[in-house]
Amino acid sequence: MSVPADRQYTAEHEWITVADGVATVGITAYAADALGDVVYVDLPSVGDSVTAGGTCGEIESTKSVSELYAPVTGEVLSVNSEVVDSPELVNSAPYEGGWLFTVRIEAEGDLIDAAAYTEITKA
Amino acid sequence: MQAAVPGPSAAPDGPAGPSSPLEATHRAAGATMTDFAGWQMPLRFAGDLAEHRAVRERAGLFDLSHMAQLEVTGPEAAAALDGALVSAASRLRVGRARYTMITAIDGGILDDLIVYRLDEHEFLVIANAANRLTVLDELTNRSEGRQVAVVDRTPHRALIAIQGPAAAGVLAPLIDADLSALKYYASVSASFDAHVPTLVARTGYTGEDGFELAVPAAAATDVWARLLDAGAEAGVQACGLASRDSLRLEAGMPLYGQELTAALTPFEVGLGRVVHLDHEFLGRDALAERSEHPTGTRLIGLRGDGRRAARAGSEVLAAGSVIGAVTSGVLSPTLGHPVAMALVTAADQDTVAVGQVLDVDVRGRFQQMTVTELPFYRRPATT
Repeated sequence: MSVPADRQYTAEHEWITVADGVATVGITAYAADALGDVVYVDLPSVGDSVTAGGTCGEIESTKSVSELYAPVTGEVLSVNSEVVDSPELVNSAPYEGGWLFTVRIEAEGDLIDAAAYTEITKA
Repeated sequence: MQAAVPGPSAAPDGPAGPSSPLEATHRAAGATMTDFAGWQMPLRFAGDLAEHRAVRERAGLFDLSHMAQLEVTGPEAAAALDGALVSAASRLRVGRARYTMITAIDGGILDDLIVYRLDEHEFLVIANAANRLTVLDELTNRSEGRQVAVVDRTPHRALIAIQGPAAAGVLAPLIDADLSALKYYASVSASFDAHVPTLVARTGYTGEDGFELAVPAAAATDVWARLLDAGAEAGVQACGLASRDSLRLEAGMPLYGQELTAALTPFEVGLGRVVHLDHEFLGRDALAERSEHPTGTRLIGLRGDGRRAARAGSEVLAAGSVIGAVTSGVLSPTLGHPVAMALVTAADQDTVAVGQVLDVDVRGRFQQMTVTELPFYRRPATT
């Protein structure tokens, strides 16, 4: 499973891309695969403040529930309503249509590059 | 993202222990494996939901080789099992099976079992993988002084289930026995594909029609491949333990370690009917007492709205007080809403009667769930 080099990651299996100070957040293909079929996503609301490293939602598969951690600190600007309606997008397109929410960045958390993240998935 | 509820184990090789004769086959098929009671078993193949739907709509194939296959034979086999189990094995006719339990002297459930009477003096006991040695020891100890042999056949056998509305149609041409004459909870010794000695039982754990096949371990890969091949046209799919769990939960079937524990008797979990108090067995006195003086603890079904599912451990409240906890919960793939089983203790049983609305603490947020009849799902009647 290849890890796209065009973005940053957290050790908790989130990815972010940054444009004009706004982060788009999702979970990695590795995480989506480990979860199994995602059936429900619980995302922060637009306007919520999230804190890097703090929990901000849940991802549920048929078998398990995982907490979602904010990779950055800031205000939530938008959430992906398509992924709320069709949680399977997290499995089918984790790096594209399965994005979860965007945040106006006030501070970044502990982010790593694709190579370092790949190491984590091999550990 | 971090697992708040245990998901698949990441152990790639696992500890040395018993292994399914199909383990290499599953790995070659790309299955995600999981540790289950020390066994490396497939958690999923194509995906939990696809597998779940395959069983409800067509058929699914399950490797259950981790389940204990204990043979009890000898002139006093029936008498020994009578004294060991909550239901009287001696009343089973040859070729029939019964869902039953083995309890401690205090009536606590040590395991739930299926007992097959294969012949007058020959029984097969299927026990949960995690309880294999407990049940083996208990059956051995409780048979002491009798003319009976208790033998663990698990390492030399495989157990393969085919479950779903298409199961009978796929299996029938491969078995030299009349499956249409095989009743629910009945079994027959037959040949699979004209050469594999197979015990075929019409039992299962999915809420669908289906069969469980006990075969020699050496034949397991052939039987598995043959069934997948023969079932390809009918849409038979290899299924893992994840879909098995969501299927059994929809069907309201309890799982040892979740709904059933040594701290509970069959009466609390709504299974008092399996207890035959009119025969002598270890635990009878405690269970007779319990049947007359219920504790107020019971297993209930809950249904919720939305998609956020209560899970094992979620606390259940009535009028602001904690009355118990969810033992298993899932967003039902078939019904589309959350379902859960919960153990609750209420002084006034009306509080937890069908139709009552309870609060469930789903990971820090209270959600309302309605007490509902079990099972959540019942297969459509066949015509």
